[in-house]
Amino acid sequence: MNALFSALTALFVGDLQRDRVVPASGYTSTLTGLTAAAMAFLLVFAMALTSASYRLAQDWSQALEQSATLRISAPVEQLDVQVARAIELLETTPGIVYARPLSIEEQSDLLTPWLGVDVPFDTLPLPRLIEIVQTPDGFDPQGLRLRLTGELPSAVLDDHARWRRPLVEAANWLSVLGAVAIGLIGLTSGAMIILAARAALAANAQVISVLRLIGATDAYIEAAFVRRFAFRTFLGAVVGTIIGASVVALFPGEEGHATILTGLRLSGVEWMWLVLIPPILSSIAFSATRYAANRVLKGLT
Amino acid sequence: MSDCILCGAQAQQGSDVESGADVIELDAVAYSYGGGELLSDMSLTIIPGAFYFLTGPSGAGKTTFLKMCYAALKPTSGELKLFGQDVRTMERDDIALVRRRIGVVHQDCQFINHLSVAANIALPVSVSGQDNWDDTTNLQELMAWVGLSHRANALPPELSGGERQRAALARAIIMSPDIVLADEPTGNVDWEMSERLLRLLLELNRMGKTVVIASHDLGLIRSAKSQVQARVLRIANKRLQLAGANL
Repeated sequence: MNALFSALTALFVGDLQRDRVVPASGYTSTLTGLTAAAMAFLLVFAMALTSASYRLAQDWSQALEQSATLRISAPVEQLDVQVARAIELLETTPGIVYARPLSIEEQSDLLTPWLGVDVPFDTLPLPRLIEIVQTPDGFDPQGLRLRLTGELPSAVLDDHARWRRPLVEAANWLSVLGAVAIGLIGLTSGAMIILAARAALAANAQVISVLRLIGATDAYIEAAFVRRFAFRTFLGAVVGTIIGASVVALFPGEEGHATILTGLRLSGVEWMWLVLIPPILSSIAFSATRYAANRVLKGLT
Repeated sequence: MSDCILCGAQAQQGSDVESGADVIELDAVAYSYGGGELLSDMSLTIIPGAFYFLTGPSGAGKTTFLKMCYAALKPTSGELKLFGQDVRTMERDDIALVRRRIGVVHQDCQFINHLSVAANIALPVSVSGQDNWDDTTNLQELMAWVGLSHRANALPPELSGGERQRAALARAIIMSPDIVLADEPTGNVDWEMSERLLRLLLELNRMGKTVVIASHDLGLIRSAKSQVQARVLRIANKRLQLAGANL
């Protein structure tokens, strides 16, 4: 615990002289920066994907709750009677909370994207739609269809749940995959930094043996390497995050009509999460380098 | 050379030095590599302020003996104490701290090659967190003492063999250690440079430092014996013997 505290103190307080002990050039540290940038870039995408698919799953789940509609096609004069009869019938069906006919305006909104804005919907003989809100367990669509055939032959039941449920499951899986990707990126970053740090430690074996000979403690030697790698990782991660965030921000999409492609973006508070990427990656670098340095130093006298 | 480099740090460390404690004590110490025993049943107390030569044929174990003296190797049996501390009970940080009180000069001394000679010499000060190597006023005096003032900004690979040895000696004593261990310090240099290094080590000894030089150079030992009361230890048949006056 003490060793960790002194290592952390050394990391943040800094020591120009100690930092000079490790050669400044060296492509392992440059590669560490580039790796961190690439990992941060991928993290931004993994986070955007996770968040977009999660949001989509939520939206679609909510839509599922009101996912059945009944369409009634009848001559205009009989339409209201049949709608009233249908509502009565639906509300006595087990598994249905309530049924509500869509207003002319709501139906117009649904048709506008297909037919254009200047269509006089109120004068057209449109079928009427009844929205069915069901209980979580839902109703029996086969049973309802049989009753409708007998009592209201002009009604057609559309059960959207059938095709939407697999989509919600897919979106949920996609968000789980995104979370797994975030974890894997973290692990991979750690592994790559351990390899880079080990390479740097091996390349600087002479520096380390000289330092041990003249009385440097392990914490001193560790800190020289840990600072180098944590700092490079931080810089790389900042650059990668900025590039990733810019690309996500510029991603073509439409607010309010999110699909998995057009919704690949972050919203509001989610942007704040990106600020955490550089400190998280440099913490991983800190621990990974410490681990690597510890292992190397334990092998020396 | 001013005494302050050698005495200042010592005064600073005085509080944690057990007064009167011997620098290095060996009691029936043995060291084995794998199966075979290289050193056996060695008992010795290195007296503070004394000047020692350690001699013996190549491969006799002089370097191993010195390595035990700065805890780079631990004895496989027996008891070895550095400044009163048993090496078996020493943690890695304890070893680091003890090494600040032991100056070591190797035959093939290593440096940090991208740092200047001055920075390398001042490195132990920086490592111990005592001072800033750039504003160590004593650093210049020390470099003048070993005759490297004009090479302060050179990089170690640019130094000659003799210059490397003197830089290593300066680095070994900048922390004002209680003892200086030199392993074949004149192995890579000509006679004139050997004499010069010896003079520096003798001067250190006159300032009160304990000096142990491992060397098989009998000429060097004879030269030293004419100037100081040197004790000559010989490693033969795995054991440490106090050699007579026949050298």
